[in-house]
Amino acid sequence: MSRALGPFTAVLGRDLLLAWRGRADVLVTLAFFVVVVCLFPFGVGAEPNQLRAIAPGVLWVAALLSTLLSLHRLFAQDHADGTLEQLLLTPEPTVLWVVAKICAHWIATGLPLVVVAPGLALLFDVEQGALGVLILSLALGTPILALLGAVGAALTLGLRGGGMLLALLVLPLFVPVLIFGAGAVDAYLSGVGAQAHLLLLSGGLLATLALAPLACAAALRIAVE
Amino acid sequence: MMKDMHKPERSKSLFRFAAPQMFYPLAGRLAPWFAGIAAILAAIGLWLGFFVAPTDATQGDVYRVIYIHVAAAWMSMFVYMVMAFWSFVGLVMNTRLSFIMSQALAPTGAMFCFVALLTGSLWGKPTWGAYWVWDARLTSQLLLLFLYLGFMALTRAIEDPRRADKAGAIIALVGAVNVPIIYFSVKWWNTLHQGASVSLDKAPSMATTMLTGMLVMALAAWAYTIAVTFWRVRSLILERERHTDWVAAELNALEGKI
Amino acid sequence: MQWESWSAFWDMGGFAPFVWGSYGVTLLLVVGELILVVRRRRDTVRRLLRLRRANAAGAGGRRAFEEIVE
Repeated sequence: MSRALGPFTAVLGRDLLLAWRGRADVLVTLAFFVVVVCLFPFGVGAEPNQLRAIAPGVLWVAALLSTLLSLHRLFAQDHADGTLEQLLLTPEPTVLWVVAKICAHWIATGLPLVVVAPGLALLFDVEQGALGVLILSLALGTPILALLGAVGAALTLGLRGGGMLLALLVLPLFVPVLIFGAGAVDAYLSGVGAQAHLLLLSGGLLATLALAPLACAAALRIAVE
Repeated sequence: MMKDMHKPERSKSLFRFAAPQMFYPLAGRLAPWFAGIAAILAAIGLWLGFFVAPTDATQGDVYRVIYIHVAAAWMSMFVYMVMAFWSFVGLVMNTRLSFIMSQALAPTGAMFCFVALLTGSLWGKPTWGAYWVWDARLTSQLLLLFLYLGFMALTRAIEDPRRADKAGAIIALVGAVNVPIIYFSVKWWNTLHQGASVSLDKAPSMATTMLTGMLVMALAAWAYTIAVTFWRVRSLILERERHTDWVAAELNALEGKI
Repeated sequence: MQWESWSAFWDMGGFAPFVWGSYGVTLLLVVGELILVVRRRRDTVRRLLRLRRANAAGAGGRRAFEEIVE
């Protein structure tokens, strides 16, 4: 077991270390998230009832955009310095280290969003009980975004204008996550209960975890070929 | 050097048309036929739709948009499925023609998708009172258009045709897996936010002539798609195979005529 | 026949802008696509012919080109 997971933990550890060394980038993503969320009251007005109503959607859209912004970094560095090619040449299963890279990426960019989100929700006067649902929905949803985004990042690797292209490719795929993620908080607030949404998100996470790394590995092989 | 690879095979099976060299003349011969069928079917469908089918009791004559709206909406979804199918075939069997097919289909699919959206909103204005309602069908149609645009942008952004083929195939398959998920999630979201959604084509008593007209128009759209795709495939094949002898011969024949 | 007169037909029960707008735009798009497809074929063939001439005319290219043709 531990032998099979060797490459997984090795890549995970390496990527986390790299993320830690380049933590300024991670902080920029986080700052982007905070700034985008804070822009909305200026745009729609500071009426508390309205803010409460749009809070889940705003937080989720902002989380989605921050995820998108950091996606291109997932493989770009390794592609530029040739690490990716080396990794593809190793006999280890590609899917294994692809999942490790996505995990590390999520821990570095997704997890901070999950941690900060409740604080931002308070700025929108979201009631305390909903904060747990928000955290849970983000914790289940942002990994899906990272997994789907990884496929797009691999497909657009090294292309001119890759950033915009990546957005065009993955944003439509993010819509169901957005619907169930923001919907979970809405459902809780309206008294329906968020269980159905959260279960669907969990199911979605398992399904993407099973399928997206395969597509991502194939896309990486094509990109490097 | 490429001579051996492109020698026409004498096999009688349909698979010989998987070779671009064999498919190129076939597509050229078939396309005008499909274009003709499309024109005839469209004429019949429009005649049925405008002169035989009665005025709808609740919506009045505005419902006559249905003959293109539904045909275009069906076609846009069908074309995406066919694209995903050819992408899958291409990835599994590594046949270049399959990738070329899916890339030739995309612009027409996107066009139908846009037509469905536009006619939907023109139909929506008098029926719903607004050009756009975040109705489950319209919304998923919009997302389908984004999927088409993404596919087209990706295959065009990659210069190496082999990488473009495979990358496009992967995004087409990922999109195809997501289309039903998007549809059901949007439907779920829509019912939560708006109660029962207003449905466009749930005319209370759909007369048989209306239905026939719709089906004939859908068939016309199908034949049109095949014709346009075949024409587009021919250009793509010429470009891809430009280093082969048979394209050189074809160019010799075309020189001065075009 | 559904219509009492041609003007009633063109009026579409008062929904003329929506019905004819839909059909008009669709027609425009279809015709536009057909023109694009035809032009694409013409441009492709012309470009390939130009490419061939350029290759043939290039320094030492003529012989290389003839080798390819043969």
